[in-house]
Order: sequence, then structure tokens, then C-alpha cells
Amino acid sequence: MSVITYRQALRDTLRAEMLRDENVLLLGEEIGLFEGSYKITEGLLTEFGENRVRDTPISEEGFVGASVGAAMLGLRPVVELMTINFSLIAVDQIINHAAKVYGMFGGQTSVPMVIRTPGGGGQQLGATHSQNIELFYSFIPGLKVLAPSSPADAAAMLRAAVRDDDPVMLLENLGLYNSKGEVPDGDESVAEIGRAAVTREGADITLIGYSRMAAVGLQVAERLAEQDISVEVVDLRSLRPLDRQTVVDSVRKTGCAVIAEDDWLTYGIGAEIAASIQEGAFDYLDAPVRRVAMAEVPLPYAKPLETAALPSAESITTAVKETLSAVGKRVG
Amino acid sequence: MSEIYMPRLSDTMEEGVISSWVKNVGDKVASGDVLVEIETDKAVMEYEAYEDGYLVQQSVSEGDTVPIGAVIGHIGETPDAVPEESSSGGAAAPTEEKTAESGTAGQEAPARPQGGGEQAPPQPAPSKPDGSGDSAGTRPRSSPLARRLAREYGLDIESISGSGPKGRIVRADIEAAAKQRPTEPEAAPAQAAAAPQAAADRQAFDDGRDSTELQVSNVRKVIARRLTQSKQEAPHFYLRRTIDAEGLKDFRAQINAQLESTGSKISFNDLIVKACATTLRAHPEVNRSWVDEKLLQHGRINVGVAVAVEAGLIVPVLHDTDKLALSEIGERSRELAGRAREGKLKPQEMSGGTFSVSNLGMYGMDSFSAVINPPEAAILAVGAMKQQPVVRDGEVVVRNTISLELSVDHRAVDGAVGAAFLKDLAEVLENPMRIVV
Repeated sequence: MSVITYRQALRDTLRAEMLRDENVLLLGEEIGLFEGSYKITEGLLTEFGENRVRDTPISEEGFVGASVGAAMLGLRPVVELMTINFSLIAVDQIINHAAKVYGMFGGQTSVPMVIRTPGGGGQQLGATHSQNIELFYSFIPGLKVLAPSSPADAAAMLRAAVRDDDPVMLLENLGLYNSKGEVPDGDESVAEIGRAAVTREGADITLIGYSRMAAVGLQVAERLAEQDISVEVVDLRSLRPLDRQTVVDSVRKTGCAVIAEDDWLTYGIGAEIAASIQEGAFDYLDAPVRRVAMAEVPLPYAKPLETAALPSAESITTAVKETLSAVGKRVG
Repeated sequence: MSEIYMPRLSDTMEEGVISSWVKNVGDKVASGDVLVEIETDKAVMEYEAYEDGYLVQQSVSEGDTVPIGAVIGHIGETPDAVPEESSSGGAAAPTEEKTAESGTAGQEAPARPQGGGEQAPPQPAPSKPDGSGDSAGTRPRSSPLARRLAREYGLDIESISGSGPKGRIVRADIEAAAKQRPTEPEAAPAQAAAAPQAAADRQAFDDGRDSTELQVSNVRKVIARRLTQSKQEAPHFYLRRTIDAEGLKDFRAQINAQLESTGSKISFNDLIVKACATTLRAHPEVNRSWVDEKLLQHGRINVGVAVAVEAGLIVPVLHDTDKLALSEIGERSRELAGRAREGKLKPQEMSGGTFSVSNLGMYGMDSFSAVINPPEAAILAVGAMKQQPVVRDGEVVVRNTISLELSVDHRAVDGAVGAAFLKDLAEVLENPMRIVV
């Protein structure tokens, strides 16, 4: 067992998948000579050469489209979009081509491609470079959207994404790249796409998150345990397909839930989860489901404002305590 | 227009049979009028209307069985009102959506965008109720979980006060209310129905025996379930003792002579029931229950008296038996047994027992071993009074005797404790003045 960063887990897994399968190739802006804006592709150009690691022009629609074509012809392209914000330029290729080709052409060809891309605010990158718009893609049948919250999951999900025959968006997070966690040595485990995980068991309340919010949720649960509050944490892991059952089972056990999401509240992922809870666990709910999300504003650049607009361990803790208080568990 | 649902009329009820409709379609109905008689797992009970109007539809026919919560009929404001189509016709249980309070939850729970300068976005207007009843608006606020638990515990949610925001009734309130009730561990949340297994078992019934499957009454289902549970879960042991009943015989004759002018009489069984209560008071360690890994000490002494009726075995309970006079025990036993035969006992008259007495003396049984009535810890099986040769003062004489056998749940009561109880009980019965003093 080694303790490595989320960044290292992604880099090691990309390399291992390229060694395993010569059809795997990488495309993206500045991933070769510059070794990636976030150094996920460090050393890979030198090792694999420019046929397998392609620096592309600054033209997301072009190289995402090229990747769709390559995938249709049997290669397994792994595209890096420097941030999810730039996926907007490629959105037609992603939604109208990658997601549709298999179904529209009667299954003649699948599209085994991966789009890796980080989201997340908190880096003072301004409103256009700090968004979490994974919801756009989670909405689209034909795509799979994964959102790992730990180094071990980042590795297992990237492996699953590369080996899956459908287009997969792997949502990374700028706030997680330097986070550390245990990854089994020589781990070859492949995550099951569409499966959430109870990352911490608890009895009093269910706290649901994904990506950075799942990691923050674990910290909140640990701190609240010291105050004798038993929080069960559910990491969604896969936003499409969505594992409603794990969420519902947990809420049926605890009777109340808080959802934390790094996106905007209105129409957000949390809204979908809350709806799923009332459908699957209505008779088990002892309090209304609470959502903790970003302020409904373009994310400010100024650090204090940016911090204030993002959900935090403190805001999640408050929502958890208020919910517990509403069901008669008096908390400090 | 409002729907009438199959009510939960006892703690163990899962479904009910429409025994008979008292009101016909088109009849005027006033709040409090008996609408329908419903057969539960324990009894046939009258069910009253809660509002004025006209019975416009009987959704379930007499003799049919439907689960709790199913729509059984409709009351309208006019005799010719037409029930809405949406009401899921007939036997379907109400769906989750129909029990949802679509109005309030959203307003109470503004999900809060964190920090930031902008106000919380205005909440969307609550969606309109879909017209499915509940127009009164006087229902107390309660969480869905609290409502479900109240149903399972058989509690009236309107009688419980809520401790949540704006007085919302939450799980903690229901559980507190359930604990405060007189101890009735058998009222724990509904046992899972054993239906699927039954289908598999049934296949074996007709091979070469010319068998016919008979209609199973609710009483029979309860007997099967409860007594199987008893034999599977309670490790029974048995203690036997034969008593000299001469004193008891004389004592009963004296009392009945005194009572002659009143027209009432007491039976040997009444004396034995009272003696059990008296002896239980001196032996509280037998007045206990082992339930869910917990040992409960009962503060009240409630002796159940097994009664054989056409439908099966029923055990009406004499609450606070130790405090009742012998004549009261006699009158009340006969009154309960009579209503048991008519299937008109109320659930609370059959629950809450802490000890039972079963008497098969009238069938001439010498003795027998009874199955404990859970969650009680013991049951006394009483045989017939018989003349037997016994040795007294070195001589064989003929005496009237009764054989007693006590079945005891070893989880709650050990052998020596049970034996001490039976020894005292025998001595009380042999010196019957001790029954009353």
C-alpha cells in the first residue's frame, strides 16, 4: 500500500493503460512537451512518442471530434480538456456525436473514448474558469460520467473508463489533485461504473456528495464523530449511471439526508438526488432533505468572496446539525 | 368526496375482511354512524364514519380481503356524487405519492445557497394538492417516517405532540409515545408477513390425500404465527403438581351460597385465575417477559383466560386481575368469553396479558402441556377435578384432586423460580382462604 496523490494516481494509471493496450493514445493541449497544465501526462511523451501523445491546437471541437472518429475506427483515445470550462467549445462533438453514434447507427460502432477534465472553484481562476458543469453531461443518455473523490478511486475509475466501450467523462477536480490517499501497490482493480459507495458508515444522518464534496463530507463526518454524531457518507462516484439504490438504502436507515454539491443549487445534481430520495424513501424520511451548494452567482475572483460562495465543511456541518436538531437529536 | 380506507384496528393486523356493509350505497351518513363491519385478525369490529355525507360507493365487496390503507369506499356530499377516477379503484394500497403532503415540505426546507451576497432564490410555489382528499387541513405536521411508525405501532398520530420544527411530529415523538403505552411487546412494528413461503409450502398439500384447501380465518393465521413463534423462540420447560381440591370445592360452595341471591356464580376456573394473580403478586419474577434480548418486569398483573370458540383459540385478558374481586372475575370472564364467541372482542381486550390460564378440565383431561402465549413467561394448564386414592396420615383415602402443569419460558424464568411459584400456587389453592386474604 502506498500513499500517493490523486495526480500521481491518474498519471500512473494512464501510463499503465498505455503499456497494457497499444490502442490507447492521448490528445490534448500542452500534454506533450509541457507535460500537461496539471502534470498528469508528465514523462509520457518521452516514453511513448508523439504518435501516442499528441499535442493539439487550441481547438477543442477539432480534437474532440478527431477523437470521436479515432474511437469509431477502433483506437481508444483519452482526451484531456484542460478544464471542464473548455468542454463548452466541444459540446456538440460530445453530446451530438460521441453520445449518439452508437445508438443512431444501430450499434455498428461504439465510441470507446475518454474525456478527462478537471472542474472546481477555489483556485482564483475567475468565473469562466471555475465552473462545475458536469451536470450538462450527466444529463445526456449515451455518456457515462465518473467523479472520483480519492486517489484509489481516480485510478480504478480511469482504468474502467479506458476499458469501457462507451464515451466516458472522467471528472477530475483541481482541489483534489494534491490530495493524498492509499492506493494498493500493483492495484489492477477496475471500478464498476454506476456504483456509489458508502465511504463511512453511520446511523444518525446520511451525507451525500461526489468528487471534492465527498472528500469534504468524510472530514465533516470524522469531526462530528467526536461530538457523538454518527454520519453515514455516501460517495456517488458515478453521476451517470446514477446509483440511486445505495442512496435510498442509506436514507432508509438514517431517516434524514444532507446533499453537498460543488455546483449551483437550482436544477443541480442535488435536486436529482433529493427527488430520488423522496421516491425511494418517502416513508422513511424524518426531516426534509437539505442541499448545500454554491451561491447562485458567477464565481467571484476575489478570494474572500470566492471562499464565501463555495460550499465548505462549515456549511455542511451546519446543515447536518440543523437537520439532526429537527429530528430531535440535540446537538451542540 | 373523501375516501374511506381499510383502518388498522389491531396491532397485528395487516389486512382486513369486509364482514358486512351496514350502510348501503346512497344512504345518508352522519359522523359516528357505523359504516361497515370489518373482520380483523382478532375480531369483527364496527367502523364508523368520520364525516357527514352519503355513502356513494362500496369499493370492496363483503367477504373480500384488502390490505390496510386500501380504499374501501367513498363518502360524497350528495347521494349521486361520482368518485374521482384517480382513486386507484378498489384494492390497491395508496401509493406513496398519495400520502405525500405536497404543500408543506418545500416551504419548510429552504435549501440554502451558502454565503454569498444573493438572497436565497424564491421557493417555487407549492404544487397544488391533486384533490385526493385531505381538504380539512387540520392534520398535525408530521414526518413521513413518523406517520409510518405510528401506523406500525397502531398509535393515533393526532394524540401525539410533536417536538420538531413548527411542532412537527418526528420519529423520536412516536417512539416516546410507544414506550409510554402499557407494556405490550407484541405491538412491536409489524412482523414481516410470511406469505411467499406459504405458496411454496402449499404445493405439498394434495398428493394422494384427497385434500382440499380451506379458507383460513384471520384468527387461525394469528394462532399459527404466534404459537409457532412461541415454540421456536421460547425454550419451554414444564412443572407438574397435583393438588388436593377438597378445600377448593368447599370454598366455592360457600361462596356460591353467599352469591345465590345475586344470581351470579363463580367457577373453579375463576378461583384458579384469582389464585394465579395472588401468587404472581408474591412472585413478580414470574410476571416478566423476554422480548428482543430484553427482560421486562411487568408492573400490572393481567391474566389471560383461554377460550375455545368456533374460529379458534382466543385469550381475553382480565386486566389487573389481582385487584378484581372474585365475583368480578366471574362476571367479567363470562362476559368476555361470550363476546369472544361472537367475535366482538376489542383488540385491547385481547392484548397486554402477562400470564395465561388454559383449562381443559371440562373435556376430562387429566393434565396437558400448554404452549406459552408470547410474550408471556408462563401458562398454567388445568386438568379435570377427579377423585383419586391418596395417602393421608398413612391411610389410603379418596379425595378430589386437580392436576396443574405450568409451562415456563426458560429465557425469562428459571426452573427453581418457576417451581417456587407453582408450590405457592398449589398451597394457595389447597388453603383457598388465601386466595382472598
